[in-house]
Amino acid sequence: MATTNTPSPAGPARHRSRGIRLGIAALAVGTLVTACTATPPPSATVASDTPVTITFWHGWTLPQDVATIQQNIDAFEKLHPNITVVATSNVDDDKMTQGLRTSNGPDVVSSFTTDSVGGLCSSGALVDLNPMLAADNIDKAATFIPARLAYTQYKGVQCTLPLLGDAFALYYNTDMFTAAGISSPPKTWSEFTADAVKLTKMNNGSYDPVGFMPLFENYMSTPNQWMAQWSPTYLDDAGKSVLAKDPNVSAFFQYTRTLVDALGGYAALDKYRATFGDEWSDQNAFEVGKVAMQMDGEWRIPIIKADGSNVNYAVAPLPVPDNQADTYGKSDLTGTMIGISGKSAHQAAAWEFVKFLTTDTQALVSFGNQIYNLPSTNAALASPDLVSDPNFKVFLDIGANQYSVASLASCNGGNYMEVLNRFAAGWESGAINDLAGGLADVDQQIDVANSQCSAG
Amino acid sequence: MVTLMPLDNAERRKQLRRSLRRDAVALPFLLPWLIGLVLFFGYPMIATVYFSFTHYDQISAPEWVGLSNWRFVFTQYRPFLQALGNTLWLIALMVPARVLFGMVTGILVQQFKRGAGVYRTAFFLPYLAPPVAATIVFVFVLNPNGPVNQLLARISITGPNWFNDPSTSKLALTLLAMWGIGDLMIIFLASLLDVPREQYEAASLDGAGSLQQFRYVTLPAIKPIIVFAAVTGVIQATQYYTQALVAGKVASGSALGSGVGFDPGYPQGSTLTLAQLVYSLGFQHFNTGAASVVAVVLMGLSLAFAAILLRRGSAFLGAGE
Repeated sequence: MATTNTPSPAGPARHRSRGIRLGIAALAVGTLVTACTATPPPSATVASDTPVTITFWHGWTLPQDVATIQQNIDAFEKLHPNITVVATSNVDDDKMTQGLRTSNGPDVVSSFTTDSVGGLCSSGALVDLNPMLAADNIDKAATFIPARLAYTQYKGVQCTLPLLGDAFALYYNTDMFTAAGISSPPKTWSEFTADAVKLTKMNNGSYDPVGFMPLFENYMSTPNQWMAQWSPTYLDDAGKSVLAKDPNVSAFFQYTRTLVDALGGYAALDKYRATFGDEWSDQNAFEVGKVAMQMDGEWRIPIIKADGSNVNYAVAPLPVPDNQADTYGKSDLTGTMIGISGKSAHQAAAWEFVKFLTTDTQALVSFGNQIYNLPSTNAALASPDLVSDPNFKVFLDIGANQYSVASLASCNGGNYMEVLNRFAAGWESGAINDLAGGLADVDQQIDVANSQCSAG
Repeated sequence: MVTLMPLDNAERRKQLRRSLRRDAVALPFLLPWLIGLVLFFGYPMIATVYFSFTHYDQISAPEWVGLSNWRFVFTQYRPFLQALGNTLWLIALMVPARVLFGMVTGILVQQFKRGAGVYRTAFFLPYLAPPVAATIVFVFVLNPNGPVNQLLARISITGPNWFNDPSTSKLALTLLAMWGIGDLMIIFLASLLDVPREQYEAASLDGAGSLQQFRYVTLPAIKPIIVFAAVTGVIQATQYYTQALVAGKVASGSALGSGVGFDPGYPQGSTLTLAQLVYSLGFQHFNTGAASVVAVVLMGLSLAFAAILLRRGSAFLGAGE
């Protein structure tokens, strides 16, 4: 802003100045009044035969995904002729949050960012579904997979429900395995290191290919998703961050550094990683043979097919630490969540819709089959109608594994993961070498951020 | 010297009425702009300052928490200092680099007698490229194994990792900013063409060489444009968002994780700017109070730098006189 004041006679200037002050004061009062006025929650009751139109915002963008969710909407409208669902696709989290602030926003929203659940639950942006579940005699613990309930609630407020889900597994290039004389996928991280080294080949001073790209910036190998294989403890009962105290966390970071060193060091790996194509394009490093093994989600199966990649591959559960061999078959679980706006005027109709999408076995199975996502209820996961694909079956088993874990919701949108990611980036590059001190610092930062976000 | 006679009250009233009539005529024409200023600048600015003292998540009503957000941002939230450092780096290096490069390009293009239009077009074209597309192309061109590093390798120079290395990522962003120099080049060119030729002839007759002509003729003439470029450059640098975010996303090779949002600043927070932090805190972490603190700091930075530059470059203000 490049404005200057020019000298003016004292009288008019004083008047103008007073006018400006009055204007600012009026604006400030307006701001305070607007900001401090809370909108009362709307009524949640709607007669069952009253025609109702509800709006549903979701994030799916691919035409086949949008068509699939529309099929489920059509099926719902057949069951509930008085309810019309108007769906809007390609809604990201920012638009969703802005929509939830207004009284004429969406009635039902779904998002892929489970990080947001804590903020949405604690702010009241989405209503607590516990009373509705209870009123309809739905035992959520028996209906939904426990880990999926964990990432859809915050401090007991079940403001979202899981709508399909994701799991992570090891994709491996079977041709490369055969050429390297490896007969089966690794089950522990020590076996994994040996295989990764064996699969790594050098050509003209660069990798061709690398057995595994261990850098945290690589696609899905984020610290929290990879570290889930060590079953870490993030917070204690009092809500304090305890990463430095958990030996599993230290073991994870020690292991990743050992693996980086075994595969040629950070600098060489980072330079090679920079040649990887976009994760969601047909130049994905695994699809073009730049890596022999990759940690990825179940969605990669149809993507490989759609991309026309000629990679021969198979899927296995991710390895586990040698001292946790009995937990083989687990992974981090995440997925899509769905909830009802706290400002919706049609919460009863919205609940009928959410209940149908999240608990109707046929709807879940057909939706999951078409977009290759895991069903989020126990009944759907056991359905014989699920797609028959040996690679997808690996994910289905991981989804049902009792040791699979989910990241905790936090009131500040997964800030603790961001803090951990920053430390992990420094650790893997060698900028941070004091593991215990670094993790203690991470704990301190997480605690401060958590206390700050719950200050109100 | 003119001596002003004191005005009597009747004359004063007449002048005041004339002045009011003038204002009454001008006001309807100014009103749309004034309304816009109040609605889209005044109100958000005051609201931002107010929100910086509240616990606010954009959904539930804000609650007054005093200086809590300010303490958090300045003493406990590490990314703030990193983003502040990055933003100051851009102000200190990217802005002068752009101004200097724009000026030199303008001077060079001015020298071309033949095909001047072609050169002007060639230098201006990159400015027309949409920022997102230009950034994506630049990240590919500066890929560690991309064409630039391949060219460097031919002359036995090992190219850096550019956008993938925290020590060179801001330099790569600066190169991107210099590539799109078309706007400044055109402004400098217009200003250079405006310098009277007689002054160069007179300087030449007085025995001034090329450097002295530049120092004593060109530079004073284009000083207002240099200050203008610097002030607008600082404002742009404090608002630097799109290119840094897109470069980080493309260079990291990962658009989004499953279930998690994208942390801006790749690699290792080296491209995290204050503008990105406002978005990240306010929209990703439901912490609009702290985001407002950063926004207020941003505004303060812009005002401070603009004030310094305007005071130092007084010629800019006097340009129209």
